Amino acid sequence: MAAFFQTPLGILLLMILEALAILVPLLLGVAYATYAERKILAAIQLRKGPNVVGWFGLLQAFADAGKMLMKETIIPTGANRILFLLAPMITFVLAMIAWAVIPVNDGWAIAKINVGVLYLFAISSLGVYGIIIAGWASNSKYAFLGALRSAAQMVSYEVSIGFVMVSVLLCVGSLNLNDIVLAQRHVWFFIPLFPMFIVFFISGLAETNRSPFDLPEGESEIVAGFFVEYSAMAFALFFLGEYANMFLMSAMTSILFLGGWLAPFGIAPFTWLPGPIWFILKILLCMFVFIWVRGTFPRYRYDQLMRLGWKVFLPLSLFWLILTAGFLMATGLLPQGAA
Amino acid sequence: MITMIAFYLFAAILIASAAMVVSARNPVHSVLFLILAFFNAAGLFLLNGAEFLAMILVIVYVGAVAVLFLFVVMMLDVNFVELREGIQRYAPIGAVVGLILFAELLMVVGVWHFSPAISTLRVALTPMAEQNTAALGDLLYTHYILLFQIAGLVLLVAMIGAIVLTLRERTLSRHQVIARQIARSPDDTLELVSVALNAGIPAASFRRPLADPLAEQPQEHDDRHPHIVSGAAHHEERH
Repeated sequence: MAAFFQTPLGILLLMILEALAILVPLLLGVAYATYAERKILAAIQLRKGPNVVGWFGLLQAFADAGKMLMKETIIPTGANRILFLLAPMITFVLAMIAWAVIPVNDGWAIAKINVGVLYLFAISSLGVYGIIIAGWASNSKYAFLGALRSAAQMVSYEVSIGFVMVSVLLCVGSLNLNDIVLAQRHVWFFIPLFPMFIVFFISGLAETNRSPFDLPEGESEIVAGFFVEYSAMAFALFFLGEYANMFLMSAMTSILFLGGWLAPFGIAPFTWLPGPIWFILKILLCMFVFIWVRGTFPRYRYDQLMRLGWKVFLPLSLFWLILTAGFLMATGLLPQGAA
Repeated sequence: MITMIAFYLFAAILIASAAMVVSARNPVHSVLFLILAFFNAAGLFLLNGAEFLAMILVIVYVGAVAVLFLFVVMMLDVNFVELREGIQRYAPIGAVVGLILFAELLMVVGVWHFSPAISTLRVALTPMAEQNTAALGDLLYTHYILLFQIAGLVLLVAMIGAIVLTLRERTLSRHQVIARQIARSPDDTLELVSVALNAGIPAASFRRPLADPLAEQPQEHDDRHPHIVSGAAHHEERH
């Protein structure tokens, strides 16, 4: 049996199985994230939320998916057909492929590449293309306005995300995600780098177009923004992509700041739970905060959004980066080479 | 074997999309093909083991520069058919530039081919370091830090120049000064007065004229003149 997995066919089969092992739980998680979001928002607003389909409405997500599948895909006249259909696919695929480098436990990643952080940063910065192409190909004013907003927004917040990542990398001395988690054995980075943790999380909200930064969608002003013309599965792909991106941002937050799969304090009652469970719990905690923020804060005005990105987060993260570097140099704690 | 196939695949798509960049009719399609070309170039970097360069190519060019490109091109309202009319006139110049570049490339590669030992004469040897991220960092930040900083300064000057050229003072727009909003206290804006029965408040004391946005500086409005809350007056009347 072991010999079979050394043959090219076996290696291919193994790769497919590995990909499925991460994508199937992810998509199930996405399905229940929509349910959780509706339940949590309902609880915040003193409502019941979905409670009809299945016990406690647990099958609601599948009912929604079934409905989406049955609907007709409408392509507006004057839309660029190829790009119109390509955009939701780009959004969805980008949200999926980023998971190739996420380590679920020590060494449990599909691709153990040395530049894992850069790969994640690259993939998350590409997410803007799905939106901008959708907005342009729809041949609609609202969609186009949404696309332009999101392009400006995501490019702005990427800059501070980049600086936050660099200050984490300075403390680790490696771009490998596995090394980043292992470097947090003694202290999780959200304690020494607390301001950066906050900046990263808020920039993550902006990067995933979540409220209070959901101006590209902005129902009250530009209808539904970039996906106003989409229906049926194309719409569902955008939706899945958005939630998968939220999961990705949560996973990045837990890897960079919350110690990935490591148990808190590394002491007995906590270490009984296996690493992947801790990792999932941390992701769920971040997801809850994503939804909590949505239930709590009103949408930003566009100039306030730009001000926050360029005039607050950028100087703050740059300053903290220099401070971190200076502190590490002065105390001689700077890690030399790969860990 | 797989590397060979991947190389020819990336190279073929790279060249084809590069050709489409200049020949596509729609400028938005051109930019999208440019992005495809960047991706395939990143793939070629990866095949050569230059993982750091590949990722930086995607982050910087695809993730930031091309987005702004697309942003501008989508908003442009230029008649591109008209622009294309000059193509016959300028084609020879383009061809000459292309030929010169090709010749230079041939010379570089030719030297390596005819004299393999020449690579040992380079000022900066290719570092044989562990990872190419570390190797690049070593070269840029340890051995060539001065040149690197100067390059950064040149870019900074260019950026400041562009801002200075395009900056114009917009006196009409009302900026939000968040610090001032937060620094306001109820005492600055609210005043409780007890009003005599049937007397009311003289209109002049609370109905201040709104600042004319054309005449006055935008910073001047609001917080000087306190609003007057006449809640106390209503309260008394009811009894």
